[in-house]
Amino acid sequence: MAYLDHAATTPVLDEALEAYVAAAREVGNASSLHASGRCARRRVEESRERVAAALGARPSEVIFTGGGTESDNLAVKGIFWARRDADPRRRRVVSSAIEHHAVLDAVDWLERHEDAEVGWLPVDEVGRLHPDALRAELAEHGDQVALITAMWANNEVGTVQRIADLAAVAVEYGVPFHTDAIQAVGQVPVDFAASGVSALTVTGHKLGGPVGVGALVLARDVAAVPLLHGGGQERDVRSGTLDAAGIVAFAVAVETAVKGQQEYAARVAALRDDLVQRVRQAVPEVVYNGDPDDRLPGNAHFSFPGCEGDALLLLLDAQGIYCSTGSACSAGVAQPSHVLLAMGADDDRARSSLRFSLGHNSTSADVDALIAALPGAVERARRAAQRTPR
Amino acid sequence: MRVLAAMSGGVDSAVAAARAVQAGHDVTGVHLALARNPQTYRTGARGCCTLEDSRDARRAADVLGIPFYVWDMADRFHADVVDDFVAEYAAGRTPNPCLRCNEKIKFAAVLDRAVALGFDAVVTGHHARLGPDGLLRRSVDEAKDQSYVLAVLTREQLDRSMFPLGDSTKAQVRQEAAERGLAVADKPDSHDICFIADGDTRGFLAQRLGESPGDVVDATTGAVVGQHAGAYAYTIGQRRGLHLDRPAADGRPRYVLSITPKTNTVTVGPAEALEVSTVSANRPVWTGGPRPEQPIECEVQLRAHGVVVPAVVTVDGDRLHADLRRPVRGVAAGQAIVAYRPDPAGDIVLGSATITD
Repeated sequence: MAYLDHAATTPVLDEALEAYVAAAREVGNASSLHASGRCARRRVEESRERVAAALGARPSEVIFTGGGTESDNLAVKGIFWARRDADPRRRRVVSSAIEHHAVLDAVDWLERHEDAEVGWLPVDEVGRLHPDALRAELAEHGDQVALITAMWANNEVGTVQRIADLAAVAVEYGVPFHTDAIQAVGQVPVDFAASGVSALTVTGHKLGGPVGVGALVLARDVAAVPLLHGGGQERDVRSGTLDAAGIVAFAVAVETAVKGQQEYAARVAALRDDLVQRVRQAVPEVVYNGDPDDRLPGNAHFSFPGCEGDALLLLLDAQGIYCSTGSACSAGVAQPSHVLLAMGADDDRARSSLRFSLGHNSTSADVDALIAALPGAVERARRAAQRTPR
Repeated sequence: MRVLAAMSGGVDSAVAAARAVQAGHDVTGVHLALARNPQTYRTGARGCCTLEDSRDARRAADVLGIPFYVWDMADRFHADVVDDFVAEYAAGRTPNPCLRCNEKIKFAAVLDRAVALGFDAVVTGHHARLGPDGLLRRSVDEAKDQSYVLAVLTREQLDRSMFPLGDSTKAQVRQEAAERGLAVADKPDSHDICFIADGDTRGFLAQRLGESPGDVVDATTGAVVGQHAGAYAYTIGQRRGLHLDRPAADGRPRYVLSITPKTNTVTVGPAEALEVSTVSANRPVWTGGPRPEQPIECEVQLRAHGVVVPAVVTVDGDRLHADLRRPVRGVAAGQAIVAYRPDPAGDIVLGSATITD
């Protein structure tokens, strides 16, 4: 088996799993006033400090959530509502067409249900946003913008944005800037304070923590209206009994991933470069998508001309090689990648793409397995596409 | 063999896939997304109105422990089945979309893709028998028999098809599904045309073809006896919903005898005028043996679940002609004529063709 889908989810780190099990054995609600509650609270607060330290934030800025989708929704909707409440003219959201659906659909929902306007920032052919476009947008609409949301690194094509440059423009205009850094943390250096962003999404299961726990790092001066009402456990912005064990494991994973980031990036990028070179040798006509240099170390994303991505996935899956097409609709139909379409690719190229993503336990044997299976799969998939034109 | 199981989310295809697994085949499940429904707002997204069916199919595949994928056949389905359905009605014929789907989608687009991807055959949950002799036969469950809608398949298509349910009744299939722990064991049968969710075929056609009022004419007197909103909404043999202004002189019920798109006329008349003793058809397919060079005695069926009558069938080039041994009512152009040879091991499909007149 060759697991080449770490960007979908990556194995839990041993140290995170052990921390989870140890904490999960303890009883205690972090909101309880007795000793066992205090113990749970202490574990949560220690974890908050560890996450904050790893990400260059203050502990009070870390809001634990149920994961990346919740954090993105809380940031996009919560900041929008708070800013609009404070100034009714501010009902414009600035975003990019390459965002993850957790942001894209939240923005879309605001447009449909909350009378929001949306300014979509263009990306270039490698999926990069340019500060000039943001500056032009803010120069025209600055006093109507509720927030800007743009991802730190793209989950499909791996392009890493120059977030600090973008955030600097937002600061000039006094507009809060949210970034979805789910793919970035542990892969590239991420420092909340130094980046200048006001809100940052991070989740556990992309960096060796458990699924279902994450955080929104939210600057103290940025207000957000809650999505979930209840006990107000997290700064009154997020309610729900704190998942102490999950939070402990999440903190261990964040800390471990951030501490080891440089070594990890060097090792995995070397492996990835080897994969890219060998894929190009095996299938010379491939198109390598995304920024060739400034990209996530574990990401390799290709279009295979004349093939359909879902056919390639089926053929590789049958040989124990696990990778990913763009996204699928709720019924499971593979969709042409909205990211590639936004980058100017045509429908065929967007449908012919596959992502291979490496992670902390990837080895050269994984790459060997892929290279052994790929040429045959490409040939078959191409024949299938010729036999059954859309 | 590497086989592809087409899984609709219903009980039949789930059990068919299970039997293929049990027979030792390397089975991959595929659900066909056929609906084109722009209700979702994601750019380029395609709503899948059969979400529940897709999930049921996936769950069945999980239980069987086989890989499972969804294939997007919506564009092909729309062009080859839905558009064809509308065009056939517009031309005054009565199409059978299930038959067309088998001919163009399941055993063509899907089968072709499967073969190109390295599969040897497609397995479906159709109720029909297809044994090692390569002959297509009626299911043991006569009420559920689907050989009629499979009779359009060519030799090449049949050679790459597997119908594991032909020796079982529907009740046995449900029983087996329950024993295998498949949640779809008691899921209701699908009846209506899958792409007309509310079952209102006339409304579906009216939406696509628009209103086109014309005369309803009595065949005996030539008199205009009513108005219709679109000739496409009628089927040969139809009695209900004619809304005639005047009763017939003899007071007996009248039926649709013919539809003439050119003049936008629906002709009605007495039941006996519906009786047909000869049938002409085109595009013959013959899989039950060598194509007959002489007229042959057999039985024919002229619509899904219709009566079976003895006939003498002649195949000549692109035409098929049948002399019926006794007259049949309500034979509609666009339907298939399927020739069977009675057989104790299940009546054998000899061939089929599309009725022209």
